[in-house]
This record gives sequence, structure tokens and C-alpha cells, in this order.
Amino acid sequence: MAEIVLPPSIRDVEPVRSVRTPAQLDYEFTAGDATTRFLNGIVNKRIIGQQAPGGRVYVPPRGADPELGQPTPIDVEVAQVGTVTSFCVVNLQFYGSVMEIPYVSALILLDGADLSIMHLIQEIPADQVRIGMRVEAVWRDDADIEPTFESVRYFRPTGEPDDVNVRIPGEGHGTGLGSWVGGVAPTEAVIRNPRTGQGGTTEGGDA
Amino acid sequence: MGKQRVAVVGIGQTKHQATRGDVSMAGLVREAALRALADAQMTWADIDAAVVGKAPDFFEGVMMPELFLADALGCTGKPLFRVHTAGSVGGSTAIVAAQLVQAGIHERVLTVAFEKQSESEAMWALSLPIPFTPPLHAGAGGYFAPHVRSYIRRAKAPDHIGILVALKDRQNGLKNPYAHLHEHDISFDSIKDSLMLWDPIRYAETCPSSDGACALVLGSERVADAAAADGRKPAWIQGTAMRSEPTLSAERDTVLPLGGALCAADVYRQAGITNPRKDVDCVEMYVPFSWFEPMWLENLGFAEPGEGWKLTEAGVTALDGDLPVNMSGGVLCTNPIGASGMLRFAEAAMQVRGTAGDHQVDGARRAVGHAYGGGSQFFAMWVVGADKP
Repeated sequence: MAEIVLPPSIRDVEPVRSVRTPAQLDYEFTAGDATTRFLNGIVNKRIIGQQAPGGRVYVPPRGADPELGQPTPIDVEVAQVGTVTSFCVVNLQFYGSVMEIPYVSALILLDGADLSIMHLIQEIPADQVRIGMRVEAVWRDDADIEPTFESVRYFRPTGEPDDVNVRIPGEGHGTGLGSWVGGVAPTEAVIRNPRTGQGGTTEGGDA
Repeated sequence: MGKQRVAVVGIGQTKHQATRGDVSMAGLVREAALRALADAQMTWADIDAAVVGKAPDFFEGVMMPELFLADALGCTGKPLFRVHTAGSVGGSTAIVAAQLVQAGIHERVLTVAFEKQSESEAMWALSLPIPFTPPLHAGAGGYFAPHVRSYIRRAKAPDHIGILVALKDRQNGLKNPYAHLHEHDISFDSIKDSLMLWDPIRYAETCPSSDGACALVLGSERVADAAAADGRKPAWIQGTAMRSEPTLSAERDTVLPLGGALCAADVYRQAGITNPRKDVDCVEMYVPFSWFEPMWLENLGFAEPGEGWKLTEAGVTALDGDLPVNMSGGVLCTNPIGASGMLRFAEAAMQVRGTAGDHQVDGARRAVGHAYGGGSQFFAMWVVGADKP
């Protein structure tokens, strides 16, 4: 590192090589129609998704199916139980994190939904969480319910047998959408072209 | 009029390390750019335009740094572009630069990508609370760990594969003087015994945080032919491709994303590659967590579903293997995030120019560079060769 030469008047001062300037960001969030419906459901301890043309149910709903580029106009209530489709045990404490480690963040496919949500798993040791485990939502006390998915404090095991054949979204045919099979690449046709309505030939589609 | 030919005629990178306290952000990019210019035997005056990329500005908290970097990059009075595509940005930045030559607009384009992680809080920036959502995000590792677990289950892969990848890449990194990590004492057991940061991803199976930059000079056919006549081999760009896909689509495959496979198929078609395993001599792919090597081997058409880990286990991807992967040591040794994609593209170009030094693959004539970013939702690839396309 290059030597910093200071003028005589401040020669005894320690040179400044870098400064730390924390920044804070406050922002306003416009929920929009779909998220407002979802959050209003949460206030009533119900989990509301939306159904896309073809039947796929999005939770939380975003108002549109990202693949079809079409609105998801039909509100659908999904179950408060689901299956763990994958998970991570976080053992890392880092700047800005409010979580106590270790914690289990899991992808949970709620019964009736077609997209896994990410939420916390508790009431079971981290090393006993498994793919296929059946879990249920644990809500805050009624007085503390607010329009946020954090009103579900966490999910816990239901005690039911594991769903060992849990359908993992995107894992259609056991190979995955992005696999080359027999040396042949997937084609654009496996996703539906929103302009033509063609394609969408994989599991879960309505073609 | 079709595409004009384009080649890499200059390559430069910084010494990458945890903290480059000896240089500012401007000094960092300038170090890489000057090396690329020297390699191309050019000066700033020869450059027609510059294309700059880095990961989200949130990381260092410096918004639109390309504005103040313009003079450090000799761009005053010249076209300067900024590219954003998250972690894949180093790759897509090089592709945008190549397209300026392919379009016949410019003859000599400088492209630079960088990150100064020592001045950054990337974990924080990747874990920003989302309104009305539990604050569970734990950086890139927290996002990707469940998808790695899905791969292990789906492919029935044994636990030690991730360790083998980390060991290979760290040993390759020892041969690369620019690499950030030079872990001479690393061993299978030291990786196995390292902390499970984001179970199933261990600390030693994770990329470091680096300060660094990479730069390329891309030239037209006329410029590249002149370099070749002077004994400086160009790396001819035989194909480039980018793809994106929606992160929250219901049937999205988060393990082997469709966009990644389509990107590979597109770039191979351009390069005339019909059997990637046979037609490609070596690959630099974006592997920030060791398990992504077998995942990308399958996603990029080098292996059948569930077979990628078997190539790793059999040593096929070793430096002296049949399909060397991450000869430079890869992202697992060096991760200045914004530059990481361009470093993959640069290594591929170095291989076909025969300038990769101790990590050179003998006789490499065609190489693939690959980058991905976001929640496995942006993909960028190029194929470079010793032969003119």
C-alpha cells in the first residue's frame, strides 16, 4: 500500500484509509390488487392464492402468471398444511440478519398451491427436517395478527406420514425442465408462448 | 448484412484478493483495463467505446459508478454503456461489447467488469427484507442451498461430490497467479470438516468475497487478423447467447433451469457444436457453490439427467481430464461478483489463445464460458475458438 505523507501539523494523526458510512433505506410499498387480497386474507387467518388460466394456483398471488403473461383473476383459498419440498439450515450470522441461528428456511408446497413458499420450520430439531415432511401453519395470537405473512410465526410438523412422492414443482418427469435427455436440449416449446398459446407441454400445464 | 466477425484480442485482470486497499474502485478497473490494452498492444486512444458491468449498485452503495469511472477508463468523449444482469453481468457485459463489433458499429471495444466486495455488504444486499414476508433470506447461499439439496435428491448423488469439486477448483487455483485463494494446505478432510454454513453447503464449498476486475479488448476481423499476423492469436467468438426466465413461475425448474439449457442450445447451434461433450475442449462455468458443477454439466448438455456428478467423481472435469472444468480455479477461488462472469469468458479465451500458463489445457481449440445470475434466472454464454467462425 502506498505510504501516505501528511503535512507536519497533523503528522501524529492516524491516516484515514477508508470510512464506513451506513445507509438506511425507508420505502413505501404499493401492494397492488393481488397482494392486497392476500394480505386481507392473512388478517382473517386465511391463505388466499390466485388461479391462472389452466389451473395453476399462485400463493402468494402476484396478479399474473409469469409464464403466460395473463391475469390470475380467480381467488382460491389454499390449505394451511403442506409438504416440505426442500430446505436449508442456516448457520451463518451476518450483518442485518434478525434471525437466531441455526434456523430452517424451507420451501413448502401448501396443499392446493402450485408454487412453494419459503417459511420457517420450528418445533423440530434442524437435523430432523426432511423433504416430504408434512407441516402446518402456526399463527400469532389473534391480537397480534397483522397484514403480513409474518403473522404465520412458523410451520411445524403435523405428525402425518411423510409424502415421499411429493410433487416438486418443475421436476416434471423426474428429469427437470432444463435437462438434456438423450443428448437433446429442451426446446422453447416446453414453455407456452403467451402470444400464440402454443407450447406448455410439460406436466402441470393444461395443453 | 449479417453479423461481422469479432475476436478477443486483449485480456487483463487484477490480482484478486479480499481487500485491495491499495486501489480505489477507479484504480481497480484501470489496472485490469491497462493490462488488457497492453495485451492488445493498444492505447486508450485506439478504443472506440467501452462497456462496463458490475453486480447491483447496492453492494458497495455507490449508485451508477460507471459515471465516475468514465475518465478512469479513458471514455471521456466516447460511448460508454453499463450492463446489469446480476451475477451473470460479467458475461452479458462482454456479449453486449461483442455485439457492438458484430453490428459493424465499432472496431475496438473495451469491456470491463468489477466488484469491490471489501467496500460492500453483499450478504446484506442479497437479504433485504421483502415487505410482508418473513426475514429468512440469508444471501445467495441461503437461496441456492434448497435447490442444491433438490439436486442431490433427484440425482441420487453422494455427499462427497461437493467436496471433490471444491478440492479440484482450489487446486487449480494454485496454478493461477491472479486467483484470490491460494490454499496450499487444502485437503478433502479440511473441506469435509468445515462448517455447514447453509446445510447442505459447507464453508469450504463456498466462493470467497473478492475485490477484482477483468477487462477484454474486442476487435473486428480486420483488427484480429492484424493481431494474428503479428503473432498474437485472437480468440474468435463463435457464438454468444443470453436467456432469462421468471423466478416465480409455477413449474419453473430451479435446479436445472430451462433458460440455462436453452441458452446453451442456442450458443452451440451458432458455433456448430452438435455434441458438446466431444466438440468442446474445456469449460469455465459459474460455480459459486461446489454442487453447481454437476448441476451445470447437466444443464449445459455435457451429461444426461442425474449423470453430472459421475463425471466429476470420475475425474473427467479435472485439469488433465477429458473435459476440464474451471481451469482457473473458478468462482470458488475468486469472486469479485460483477467480474466473475467475465473472468469465465476471459479464461475460455485464454485457453484457445494458448496463454493460460500453468492452467493451460494442452491443445485447447474451442472453449465455453458460462455465467448465471439472480435466482438462476439470467444466463450468459459464449463459445470461443482458435479458428475463425
